[in-house]
Amino acid sequence: MDKQRQTELAEIARKIRVGIVEAVHSASSGHPGGSLSIADILTYLYFEEMNIDPEKPDDPARDRLVLSKGHCAPGLYSALANRGYFPVEDLKTFRKTSSYLQGHPDMKHTPGVDMTSGSLGQGVSVAAGMALAAKIDQADRRIYAIMGDGESEEGQVWEAAMFAGHYKLDNLCFILDLNGLQIDGSLDQVCDPRPHDEKFRAFGWNVIECSAHDFNQLEKAFAAARAYKGKPSVIIAHSTKGKGVSFMENSCDWHGKAPNDEEFEIAMRDLGER
Amino acid sequence: MADKIATREAYGKALAEFGAKYENLVVLDADLAAATKTGTFKKAFPERFFDCGIAENNMIGVAVGLALSGKIPFASSFAMFAAGRSFEQVRNSIGYPHVNVKIGATHAGITVGEDGATHQCNEDIALMRTIPGMTILNPADAVEARLAVEAAINMQGPCYLRFGRMAVSTLFDDSYKFEIGKGVKLAEGKDVALIATGIEVEQALAARELLAADGISASVVNIHTIKPLDEDLIAAEAQACGAVVTCEEHSIIGGLGGAVAECLSAKCPTPVLRVGVEDVFGRSGPAKELVSYFGLDAASIAAKAKAAIALKK
Repeated sequence: MDKQRQTELAEIARKIRVGIVEAVHSASSGHPGGSLSIADILTYLYFEEMNIDPEKPDDPARDRLVLSKGHCAPGLYSALANRGYFPVEDLKTFRKTSSYLQGHPDMKHTPGVDMTSGSLGQGVSVAAGMALAAKIDQADRRIYAIMGDGESEEGQVWEAAMFAGHYKLDNLCFILDLNGLQIDGSLDQVCDPRPHDEKFRAFGWNVIECSAHDFNQLEKAFAAARAYKGKPSVIIAHSTKGKGVSFMENSCDWHGKAPNDEEFEIAMRDLGER
Repeated sequence: MADKIATREAYGKALAEFGAKYENLVVLDADLAAATKTGTFKKAFPERFFDCGIAENNMIGVAVGLALSGKIPFASSFAMFAAGRSFEQVRNSIGYPHVNVKIGATHAGITVGEDGATHQCNEDIALMRTIPGMTILNPADAVEARLAVEAAINMQGPCYLRFGRMAVSTLFDDSYKFEIGKGVKLAEGKDVALIATGIEVEQALAARELLAADGISASVVNIHTIKPLDEDLIAAEAQACGAVVTCEEHSIIGGLGGAVAECLSAKCPTPVLRVGVEDVFGRSGPAKELVSYFGLDAASIAAKAKAAIALKK
């Protein structure tokens, strides 16, 4: 990837992060930490990788993304808004009673949301079903699912891994946001689900590792997943929870908490808005 | 009343029959195809059958992904696992986004028989009823099971279909009409209304004969669709007879009995007694014996009918 495109994507990711913090601040609740950790992944998916058209959000031929870690809706909404699915200004209605931007993704009311999610472990199974459908149709659409590292403690994740491996769904790509933190603490303090690479390999997956914040690495990882035939791929993306906002980085305190007005100003400065 | 056939048998045959007519029909199972009878479809259309292994929660999600891609998936398992184990998957991944998934749940109720309480699901109707937008079909015989499968294929949205393991009498013939949400009045009566669903329809018809011998006139209504409930028909029957007995192979809590009582308390307050599995777990035994043991037989219905009549003002 050339320098100019990297700079462009970095600017898009910055705007997506601004949207995340604005949405959560406006709602006075929500999940900024995990949304910020996947902001670059979402940028790469929606602005480089996926075959999508904001003008045709229901096109049957489109690629799909399931945000299995649905609590990171602010990240998804900000990416969709910045991609043109709906006005960026609407991010400030997040979680409000009259808004179409629900606390967790609602496909029925939000353009561009391919699957309702929020209950952990379920989205990955839906993604596997979408990938199976594409195989039945002999269509070349690709299916992506972003899952959390804490989410990988759900047994259903491994049922889905078994299924996708068994049916050799090589049009399916999971992105595991490995930020190492969940609500009650770090993975090793709670109930450590690692190692992920060996588990996915054991279920018949192609495993790729990269930084979640380096567009060159993301480009190589997604290209490798696309090129790999005969197995589904998982990209284990090493991330920083709260990435881009100084006081949120590497802190599980900011998993599901909104900044107050003072913190919001600091965040906006960190993100180059002030 | 012709040959006895289990509604699960009819389910498997119907899937295989309609597989030819509806090319988007796909079937999922969780290692129970021989028991749920989806194996009949698998044999006819192996390229559209997907075994998910013993992992029902993932199966529900896979069905959602298929439905969102234009397929009409039937996800099959025992009622205990489809509605019980996977309740939250059904609620959040099928119900909330109102996805076009059909859940084919077999081995419902105590007529699972010898396998006993762990596999006898008496709670599935209650669970599924609480999900907004869920259609619930509970056919009484093989003819109705076949019609229910095609009706489910042709409706948009989530649908839970309940089938039994035990062979039951065939009550209806080819002229029988089935419409989702429309109850069927099978017999006229004026003293008490027997409102039945599933395999209890046969018992209710037999109870009507017992009551007739005692000079009591009972109407029989088949409520094959638990949700949306045919409230108008139920209220009209209650109005006409003044006493109601509900009959179901399900817990007396939250199933047809609950639905009818909720309906009538608002629309036409009437004495309602419920025949069903009392607030207890099942147990092992031959299915037919369990029908009597748990008070689901015709004699028990007739006794409840007399008690309901006694409650009339």
